[in-house]
Amino acid sequence: MLKIKDLHVSYGGIKALRGIDLEVPEGKIVTLIGANGAGKSTMLRTISGLVKADSGSITYNDKELLGLPINKVLEEGIAHAPEGRRVFANLTVLENLKAGAYLRKDKEGIQKDIRWVYDLFPRLEERHWQLAGTLSGGEQQMLAVGRALMSRPKVLMMDEPSLGLAPLVVQDIFSIIKTINDQGVTVLLIEQNANMALKIADYAYVLETGNITKQGTGAELLADESIKEAYLGKKKN
Amino acid sequence: MLNKKDNKKSFISFVLVALFLVLVIVLDQVIKPTDKMSMLLTVLQKGSVYALAAVSMNLLNGFTGLFSLGHAGFMLVGAYTYAIFSIPAAARDTVYQYYDAVIRISFPEVFGNAMGGFGTVLGVTLSVIMAGLAAALLAFLIGLPVLRLKSDYLAIATLGFAEIIRAVFQWSKLGPVTNGSNLLKSFTRTSSFRLTIGDTTITLATFVPVLIATISIIVIVLLVNSTYGRAFKAIRDDEVAAEAMGIGLAKHKMISFVISSFFAGVSGATMAMVLSIAQASNFKAAMTYEILLMVVLGGIGSITGSIIGSLLFVASSEWWLRGLDSGTFLGINAPTIFRNGFRLVVFSVIIMIVVLFFRKGIMGDRELPEVIAGWKRKIAKKKEVASK
Repeated sequence: MLKIKDLHVSYGGIKALRGIDLEVPEGKIVTLIGANGAGKSTMLRTISGLVKADSGSITYNDKELLGLPINKVLEEGIAHAPEGRRVFANLTVLENLKAGAYLRKDKEGIQKDIRWVYDLFPRLEERHWQLAGTLSGGEQQMLAVGRALMSRPKVLMMDEPSLGLAPLVVQDIFSIIKTINDQGVTVLLIEQNANMALKIADYAYVLETGNITKQGTGAELLADESIKEAYLGKKKN
Repeated sequence: MLNKKDNKKSFISFVLVALFLVLVIVLDQVIKPTDKMSMLLTVLQKGSVYALAAVSMNLLNGFTGLFSLGHAGFMLVGAYTYAIFSIPAAARDTVYQYYDAVIRISFPEVFGNAMGGFGTVLGVTLSVIMAGLAAALLAFLIGLPVLRLKSDYLAIATLGFAEIIRAVFQWSKLGPVTNGSNLLKSFTRTSSFRLTIGDTTITLATFVPVLIATISIIVIVLLVNSTYGRAFKAIRDDEVAAEAMGIGLAKHKMISFVISSFFAGVSGATMAMVLSIAQASNFKAAMTYEILLMVVLGGIGSITGSIIGSLLFVASSEWWLRGLDSGTFLGINAPTIFRNGFRLVVFSVIIMIVVLFFRKGIMGDRELPEVIAGWKRKIAKKKEVASK
């Protein structure tokens, strides 16, 4: 279980996170919704070690992650698919996947996981020789997720996988997230598309200007009036 | 299945490279210094020096995405290190005529005396490797502060360091080591490489620089295709994503910078060998720009591109366009137009045309085998259309 306790982070002189408590139980999908600038991405970046925290603790199965460099966090089994796809545009699809397995040395295991990713995303296998920059937005997002999976993570953190994608493609991506989760990978999902995210989430948190203001199961939050107003586009009466 | 195909490809490349090296040896014997074609040998010698310099710069600029302009500085370090450790004892005092030489060892001489011809080769090899290591060590020290910078700022900082290196090597207080602003000479040159079997003498003057460049470029190719190479390219394409994959940015940038500088040093040493002199004033920023031009013309991110770019560049400036400076070009005799300096005008126009029509360089970011495979596919398609 990934546990975050009283986490404070400053980012560029601004207090981005002000005392966050959050839990991601094993095998679940947990989502974090919130507006732009609420601190969602900062949170993921702090967990994966890209950003330093001021205080607090982040533990995974009771092991402290705070202060560990990125490669050690990855070795603990926590992978991060950063916001905006960020595939390696001038590498082929296959090379992108191999880059995702950068820290691993077991060649056979890597081959097996490339197979696994291809089975999840048959489109990637069809296009394995193509430069990632020439893929469509949806395919690039698939590749970004596949690449993150290549480190064989126990927890996959995804930063806005629906960003800039057509609604049909977004549905595809979310159904794949569900499949990945069914295969035993814990998912921590950040989304602005609150509707989709709450539908697949086991548990959800709402982040507003660095504080968690609401939490509950996905279904509970979907039914919550204030959430409907703020994030789901229901008209005010 | 994939591996077999790769094995076949590397075998073919290996055979082609071997054939090319044999061809170079043959050309070296057949072409006499008085022939018109002797320029071909000059082009091959200088071209291989520049090809290695361009490929090593491409490793940094094209494959790792670090825009560095310090190449001439590292080549200078290589050239001087090679020269200093290769001047024989007998010539030392004439070379260092104003100073008291401090470094009094010549590897080619020491090993040559002990083991004969083989020892000389060993000594030269050792000096060349020392040249690379000296450049690499300096790159490491400069890299510590400089590699934190990005793009243009990195370019300016490395350019500055290269100029500092040049100034330091010309500093008179360092004269006992570097001979101040005077040139270094009399060390083992490429033209001293000869093989005598019975009565026949085989000169290896062109073969040696080509061989050094070939071996070094093969090492760079292997590096680019390794896991490290993939990490370099990942950093080039997206630093944030690369970091999220666990690729250490600082570590890999440093590795790339140091290795690139190592081979810049080797190419500097080879240059000294070919020109038979080493002088700091030759290694100006203009040299870096020339190399950058070769890389850009050939295609940033293409190794075969860099090789083709540098060979074309050297052939044009040393051979094909010479007539523009000396009165007669392509049989047209017009001394009033074809005067000193006109070559550069034409050359600049050609470069502009090339850049206009090949926006990503001659090869883009592809390698020669891929390009040829592309042509084959096109021809096959045309045939198909024609037969219908």
